[in-house]
Amino acid sequence: MGYLDRTARSLFLSELLSGLGMTLRYMFKPKVTLNYPNEKGPLSPRFRGEHALRRYPNGEERCIACKLCEAVCPALAITIEAEPRDDGSRRTTRYDIDMTKCIYCGLCQEACPVDAIVQGPNFEFSTETREELFYNKDKLLANGDRWEAQIAANLAADAPYR
Amino acid sequence: MAEFWTGVALPLVLIVAHILAIVVPLLGAVAYLTYAERKVMGAMQLRQGPMLVGPFGLLQPVADGLKLLGKETIIPAGANRVVFILAPILTFFLSLVAWAVIPVNAGWALADINVGVLYLFAISSLGVYGIIMAGWASNSRYAFLGAMRSAAQMVSYEVSLGLVIITVLLCVGSLNLTDVVMAQQSVWFILPHLPMFVIFFTSALAETSRTPFDLPEGESELVGGYFTEYSGMTFALFMLGEYANIILMSAFTVILFLGGWLPPFDVAPFTWIPGPIWFALKLALMLFCFIWMRATLPRFRYDQLMRLGWKVFLPASLLWVVLTAGVLVTFGWLPE
Repeated sequence: MGYLDRTARSLFLSELLSGLGMTLRYMFKPKVTLNYPNEKGPLSPRFRGEHALRRYPNGEERCIACKLCEAVCPALAITIEAEPRDDGSRRTTRYDIDMTKCIYCGLCQEACPVDAIVQGPNFEFSTETREELFYNKDKLLANGDRWEAQIAANLAADAPYR
Repeated sequence: MAEFWTGVALPLVLIVAHILAIVVPLLGAVAYLTYAERKVMGAMQLRQGPMLVGPFGLLQPVADGLKLLGKETIIPAGANRVVFILAPILTFFLSLVAWAVIPVNAGWALADINVGVLYLFAISSLGVYGIIMAGWASNSRYAFLGAMRSAAQMVSYEVSLGLVIITVLLCVGSLNLTDVVMAQQSVWFILPHLPMFVIFFTSALAETSRTPFDLPEGESELVGGYFTEYSGMTFALFMLGEYANIILMSAFTVILFLGGWLPPFDVAPFTWIPGPIWFALKLALMLFCFIWMRATLPRFRYDQLMRLGWKVFLPASLLWVVLTAGVLVTFGWLPE
């Protein structure tokens, strides 16, 4: 009986036809591809993208040069130099992140006591030269200014889970 | 002088115009067949296919063509230069030349010769020369193995292809392709000869080395098969020839089994649509089947391929030839 069954199956191409039917059905299913530069996938508020240094609403920079991020960074990507400012408050004179070393672990963000250094939602910062990826303080603050609205929203959204 | 113009120059110009009227749409069809292949296969694999060049990626074939034109044609150091260059030209030439006898509508063939079927069969068999030449001239093991495989495969499947054609010819009584189509006015040959249609289509897949019979260019084993060493325009000629062959085999199938330019029913709404459109629709359906097969089936092993050709298709088609002949003689249906 098994022999007869097998013979009939191969004679009438039933398996072949069912396979063809399957591909035909799949042809009309919705596609899973995102048409990337025009469509983008959803990002979690915790997404760890490009770094940014934030400011307080009055424009004062948050970073107090405690160097916790520099200490915690496992890739040794962060370099900080600091001295007191004219008004006596302690501020960084240099805050560099070598983005080619960074492993995007998010520990700097976790370590920061004042939510100054954060990893924002931007992941499209590829460059054509290595030098462009050595971020300095100006670049990081500019990132903060550019993404502040979204960063603040993301932090607020994630706050209940921390 | 007037005799020269009317006797020599005018017919020459007319012939060239006719040839262009066939070749230019054919090359356009080839270009958009590659696009359709990528789109349909993409859709079947839940992808979108090319989307970036032009609206819905419609200009993708143009971009691909320009890219191939801009590439360098590398000739390997150990290659036989003349044969190496000649092989893609021959393949491309043969795939175009076969179109001379394809009737797209009643009387719309460049050469309405009485041995059309034989001519087509001969030309498609010659295709193996281009492949053997390419494989041998490349002086590369991969190319040579691919060419040997391809030659063995084509020869094996041509046998059953020939027997299927004989079955159809028995029912037509003529080798003229227009007569083949006109003989299907009452019923298309796909209905009485459905098993032969399946065998013909499968053999056509093997003949054009499409999946599941794409062993000659099996990437995982042979890199690129017989055109491993080809690049730039020579590669493009192989690709064009291959796809033109696919369209040719589809057209051949349409003529033999699907009633060429005839509408499916000889009644009002179907007869309004002109013949060439019916032909194009059927051709598109066959091409879709080619792509559909590629998206569905994995590659055959080489011994399976040979077994299918010699131990299944050959006896089956032989049996069907005898059966058809017997039925035709017994009931006196033989065409005179």
